[in-house]
Amino acid sequence: MSAAALFLLGASHHTAPLELREKLALAGDKLDALRGELRSLGGLTEFTVLNTCNRVEVYGVATRTETVDRVQAALCTLNQLDAAAFARIRLELHDQPAVQHLLEVAAGIDSQMVGETEILGQVKEAYAAAQAQGTTGPVLNRVFQKTFQAAKHVRTHTAIGEGQISVASVAVDLALKIFGDLRRCRLLVVGAGEIGEKTARAFKSREIGELAVTSRNYQHAEALARDLGAPAVPFDRLAESLPSFDIAVCSTAAPEAIVTPAMAALVMRRRAVRPLFFIDLAMPRNIDAGVADLPSVFLYNLDDLAKISEENRALRQVEIERVRGLLAEKAGALWRQVELRMGSDQPAA
Amino acid sequence: MTFLGLGDRLWLWEASACYAIAFLLGTAAVVRDRRHSRLLVYAIVAAGFLLQTLGLYLRGRAVKGCPIGNMFEIFQFTAWSAISLYLVVGATFRLSLLGYFTSCLSAVLTVVSLATPSWDAARRINAFGGTGWIELHAALALFSYGVFALLALASAMYLLQTYSLKHRHLHGLFSFLPSILDLEHISVRLLLVGVVLMTWSLGVGSVHWLEDLASVDRAKLFVTLGVWLAYCLALVLRLRRRLVSQRLAWAGVLLFVAALISLPLVDASRHPMASPASPPAHRK
Repeated sequence: MSAAALFLLGASHHTAPLELREKLALAGDKLDALRGELRSLGGLTEFTVLNTCNRVEVYGVATRTETVDRVQAALCTLNQLDAAAFARIRLELHDQPAVQHLLEVAAGIDSQMVGETEILGQVKEAYAAAQAQGTTGPVLNRVFQKTFQAAKHVRTHTAIGEGQISVASVAVDLALKIFGDLRRCRLLVVGAGEIGEKTARAFKSREIGELAVTSRNYQHAEALARDLGAPAVPFDRLAESLPSFDIAVCSTAAPEAIVTPAMAALVMRRRAVRPLFFIDLAMPRNIDAGVADLPSVFLYNLDDLAKISEENRALRQVEIERVRGLLAEKAGALWRQVELRMGSDQPAA
Repeated sequence: MTFLGLGDRLWLWEASACYAIAFLLGTAAVVRDRRHSRLLVYAIVAAGFLLQTLGLYLRGRAVKGCPIGNMFEIFQFTAWSAISLYLVVGATFRLSLLGYFTSCLSAVLTVVSLATPSWDAARRINAFGGTGWIELHAALALFSYGVFALLALASAMYLLQTYSLKHRHLHGLFSFLPSILDLEHISVRLLLVGVVLMTWSLGVGSVHWLEDLASVDRAKLFVTLGVWLAYCLALVLRLRRRLVSQRLAWAGVLLFVAALISLPLVDASRHPMASPASPPAHRK
C-alpha cells in the first residue's frame, strides 16, 4: 500500500449467525484488550472499534497493505476464532464504500430493526472512546463528525424513524395520540406478567404521570409494583379503581374477560370528560371487544398493536432506498474531502 | 383607495393566494406522508394575514367604516377573524395541522367571495345607522363567527382523530393530527371566547335596539338570537359535562354550518343596498 487507506473490517447480523456473533462479541475486558493490540500495530494510524450486540466493526486508516490482515488476526486471536471461520463472515470494505457503510449504520438502515435510533448513540460512544484514547486522527475525525450530521439529516428529512416498531412503543404512541402529554396521565397495569411489565416500563420511560399495578395474585402485583416504584392495588377493587386511570394495560391469564362493556360504561359515566385507553395484551383477551363501541373508549389488543408495528416496519423498508440514495451522495462528497486530506497528510516516502 | 397603486381587491387576492399556497404546501406534505414545516405554514399564513389586513384597511378607509357592508366583506372579515385567532392559538398551543385547516377554510372563504362579483356589486346604505356602537356590534359578531370557524375546524380534527383511532387508520393525514385531549381543551376555550364575544356584541346591539325597536328586522333578531342561544347552550352543557367528546365536536361543526347558512339571511334583513356601491369604484 503506497498511500493511507480507509478500511472497515468486521462482521454484523447481515454476515454472521448469532452463534458466531456471540463468539466475536467484545464483552468485558475484551474491547480494551483489542484496542491495546491495535495500538501497537504498525501501519495503523487511526482506528475506532464499534461493538454492539449485532456488530463488531473496526474502522481504521492503514498505511500498509498487510495492516488489515493483522487487525483481523488480532480480532480472531482475542476471540479464539479461527481465520477460516472469520473469513466466511467477514465484512471488509475500503475507501468510499467504507464511508457509505458507516453512514448507513449510523442512520439505522443497516440495523436489524430498521430506523432504530440506539445505534447512533452507540456509534457516538465508540467515537468518543476512540477520541479519548487518542486513536482517531484527521481522517476518522472528519468521517465520524460528518457521519453524525448525515444521520441527523436523514432522520429529519425522511420517514426512516417514523412510527414505532415494538408493541410497547406502539402502545405509548397511541396513548400520545389520545392524551398528548403523558405526564398528566395515570396508568394501571393489570397483570404482573412480562409483557405488561415491558409496556409499563415503556410508559415509564416516556414520563407517565402516575402508575399502579394490580394482579389476581396480590404478591405478584406487589413485587412488580416494587420494581416499578409504584403502588399495588387489590384486584377485587379493579372496577372502582378504573375510573381514576386513563390507561389500562391488561395482561392477566384470566380465562374470560375481566372488563365487560357494562363495567366500562359505568367507568366512563364516572370519568365524564377524559377518554379511556385499554391495551389488551392478554391471550385469551381480558377485555370484551364490545368495550370498543363505547364513545371515548379506545381498545387495542395484541393483534392490533402487532399489525401497526408491521405497517411501520414496512413503511421504514420503503424509505431504505431513498435514504441509501441520500447517503450515497453524502458519502461521495465526504470521500472526496477525505481523499484530499489523506493525500495532504501523507508523509514523504 | 389604493396602496402602491393597487386597490383593496388586489391585496385581498394576494392574501387569498398566500392562504391557498399554505394549504397546497400542507396537502403536498400530507400526500407525501411527510411532516410539513409548521413554521413555514405559519409564516405564509401570517403574510396572508398582513395582506388581508391591508386590503380590509383600504376598503374600510374607502367606506369610512368597518368593511362588513355586504356578503363579500362579511366573508372576508370572517376569514380574517379566523386567521387572526389562528395566529394566536397556533403559536400558543402548537396544534399541528390547525394552520393547514385554517388556511384551507380561509382560502375557500376569500376566493369564493372574490370570485362572486355580485356579492360586492352593491353595499348597504348607512349600514350601521350612523352610530359607531352598531358598527362595533357587527364587528364583534363577525369576529365571534371567526372564532366559531376555528372551533368548527378543531371539532372536525377531533372527529377525524377519533375516527382514525377507532378504525386504526393511523397513517397519512391522520398521523399529523393533534391529540384528542388537546383538541378538546382548545375547543372548550374557543367556545367560551366565541360566546363571550357574541354576548358582548348582542349586548352592544341591544342598547341600540331597545331605543328603537323598529330598527331591527325580526328575522335577523330571531336568527341571531337562535345562533347565540345554541352556542350558549352548548357551552353550558359542556361546563356541566353533559356535552362532551364527540357530541361536543359534532355540535361545534353543525352549529357553525348553521351559523354560516344564517349569514345571508342576517345580511339581507339589514339596511337596503346602494347600487352601485362606493368601494367598487376604487377597484383595480
